[in-house]
Amino acid sequence: MEPTQAIDPERSAGTLPDEHGHFGPWGGRYVAETLMLPLDELTEAYNHYIKDPEFVAELDADLADFVGRPSPLYFAERWSTRLGGARIYLKREDLNHTGAHKVNNTVGQALLAQRMGKTRIIAETGAGQHGVATATVAARLGMECVIYMGSEDIKRQAINVYRMRLLGADVMAVESGSKTLKDALNEAMRDWVTNVDNTFYIIGTVAGPHPYPAMVRDFQTVIGREARDQIQQQAGRLPDALVACVGGGSNAIGLFYPFLADSEVAMFGVEAGGDGLETGRHAAPLCDGKAGVLHGNRTYLMEDPDGQIIETHSVSAGLDYPGVGPEHAWLKDTGRVTYDSVTDKEALTAFHEVTCVEGIMPALESSHALSYTARIAPAMDRDRIIVVNLSGRGDKDVHTIAAMEGITI
Amino acid sequence: MSRIAGCFSKLSDQQRTALIPYVTAGDPQPGVTVPLMHALVQAGADLIEVGVPFSDPMADGPVIQAACERALVHHTSLHDVLEMVREFRTEDTETPVILMGYLNPVEVWGYAEFASAAAAAGVDGVLTVDMPPEEAAELISAFRDHGIDAIFLLAPTSSEERMDIINRSASGFIYYVSFKGVTGANRLDVDAVSSKLMEVRKHTDLPIGVGFGIRDPESAASVARIADAVVVGSALVGRIPDLADRPEAIPAALAETLSGMRSAIDAVAGSR
Repeated sequence: MEPTQAIDPERSAGTLPDEHGHFGPWGGRYVAETLMLPLDELTEAYNHYIKDPEFVAELDADLADFVGRPSPLYFAERWSTRLGGARIYLKREDLNHTGAHKVNNTVGQALLAQRMGKTRIIAETGAGQHGVATATVAARLGMECVIYMGSEDIKRQAINVYRMRLLGADVMAVESGSKTLKDALNEAMRDWVTNVDNTFYIIGTVAGPHPYPAMVRDFQTVIGREARDQIQQQAGRLPDALVACVGGGSNAIGLFYPFLADSEVAMFGVEAGGDGLETGRHAAPLCDGKAGVLHGNRTYLMEDPDGQIIETHSVSAGLDYPGVGPEHAWLKDTGRVTYDSVTDKEALTAFHEVTCVEGIMPALESSHALSYTARIAPAMDRDRIIVVNLSGRGDKDVHTIAAMEGITI
Repeated sequence: MSRIAGCFSKLSDQQRTALIPYVTAGDPQPGVTVPLMHALVQAGADLIEVGVPFSDPMADGPVIQAACERALVHHTSLHDVLEMVREFRTEDTETPVILMGYLNPVEVWGYAEFASAAAAAGVDGVLTVDMPPEEAAELISAFRDHGIDAIFLLAPTSSEERMDIINRSASGFIYYVSFKGVTGANRLDVDAVSSKLMEVRKHTDLPIGVGFGIRDPESAASVARIADAVVVGSALVGRIPDLADRPEAIPAALAETLSGMRSAIDAVAGSR
């Protein structure tokens, strides 16, 4: 099989965003003046290098030999049979170097940082997966690396914190606000505005000011382009449905985007329902949020009637974010993607099922997508095909899962 | 002429530099803010910036972040802030009041509805730090409809092209951010500010206020030589934590800090 190219400079599946980063009314660039010029410079560099054959070749080589792409598309036969409906294929992003899809983006942005002459990398992280993926590329390129992480998340994800430190990164505990991912993002922005001359900010999801939502998406669409080729080779046709979990939404947009023009492919984005939408303790702004502006873009947010951002809840630190990428807001409004939610409990059930039945231990984030798949698959005919993004592996979550079940390891 | 323009015009005639203190509304509790505003005027404030508390103050350093958190313990909302301005206006109809904050509370209220309510409360200008002019056409027009000045930032990274864009969008005055960083950091370089301001003045006739990093009478005086206004925030707000258990002492304490800056600024009056 011909290798799938790392990036599609023509963005052939869609024309958004516009030149100011708008997806319809969503997105844009809402930052203080100091960052406007650096964001212009980043946009210009990005638009230049994605069309530079040398840059693309280097990215291709890194994704192949450092990340281990293409990631397999695996037919989960036993699980499909057990559910008694559609044939379920798992896109194995958990098998990437560092254990999740996050590295696709950090490899791309770090190469860009190097081209732009930056010597210092910063990033925010929630579950720690993006932090690890960033610390990994910084180590490889010999760049200074600072990772901002909410002190609550540091407690939940001790293993990833230690991994980042082993990789030579400084992990800075963020004690402000809710002490989680959104506050880590605030703190990373403050660092960037202070050290903008030598520092590149690697945002880990398809949110933030333009060009981040488009750039991160472009680096993640390798997932969908590979899956599109692989399913046609394995099943001889396009899938009937795609399923992915949505926190900020990078693994979902990475899978969905190359299929957007294929109207026969249904798409489902699964948000973190936490204790259930009705309790208000969740992280599902597309299902139960309102329009607002945060972290540089207009999107759906979890906010109170005064416009203050409220604390979210999810068992999965990687989905525990009050906003969502602006392109998802647009895809919700246009109806192209259906967004729904899965509770902590349901995700945990799916985690156990897939672990036992397929011998694959999914991340709690990905378990949300798997749970939703288990909800829709049984009602579909056996010749139907679902492709699920298994965005990360579950090793990082075993302590959380044990604690939820009252087990001391 | 807007209250802000009138204020700057009067000060210019007197060859004085404006002093603009910033306080976060509702910090450390709602009852403190209005007496504090009056005390600051007594101590020599020409205009007052009232911070609208926000859960995610991305452009602010630790001092103002903590102030926002203290204010939000009491759920101080944008509605509450306008109530405070209205109360302030019952005794003071002269001192211009500028709200400074982030876009989302305004976004949620609705631009036109907020502009109308703010004008009715006696607000003269609004600075939403995360709203660049490129996205602001609708907001600016709502402000203009209600006689509110749209205040915008300029920064060390602003290009000449952006100076023109901002000059076209702004009214009242322009707020120059003295360094790359967050509020309250210790990075002020007066020479660098001075040379950038010479460039900025080629692109605008609006008065220019300088803020970020002005922490004592000396730095206030040195900025006063080159700017039309000196904005002081963290140096005042940073005193509040120590006084949180004696909130009645806050207005006098902050007024004392401000009046030291006032004297230092006036001592260099006319030297521009």
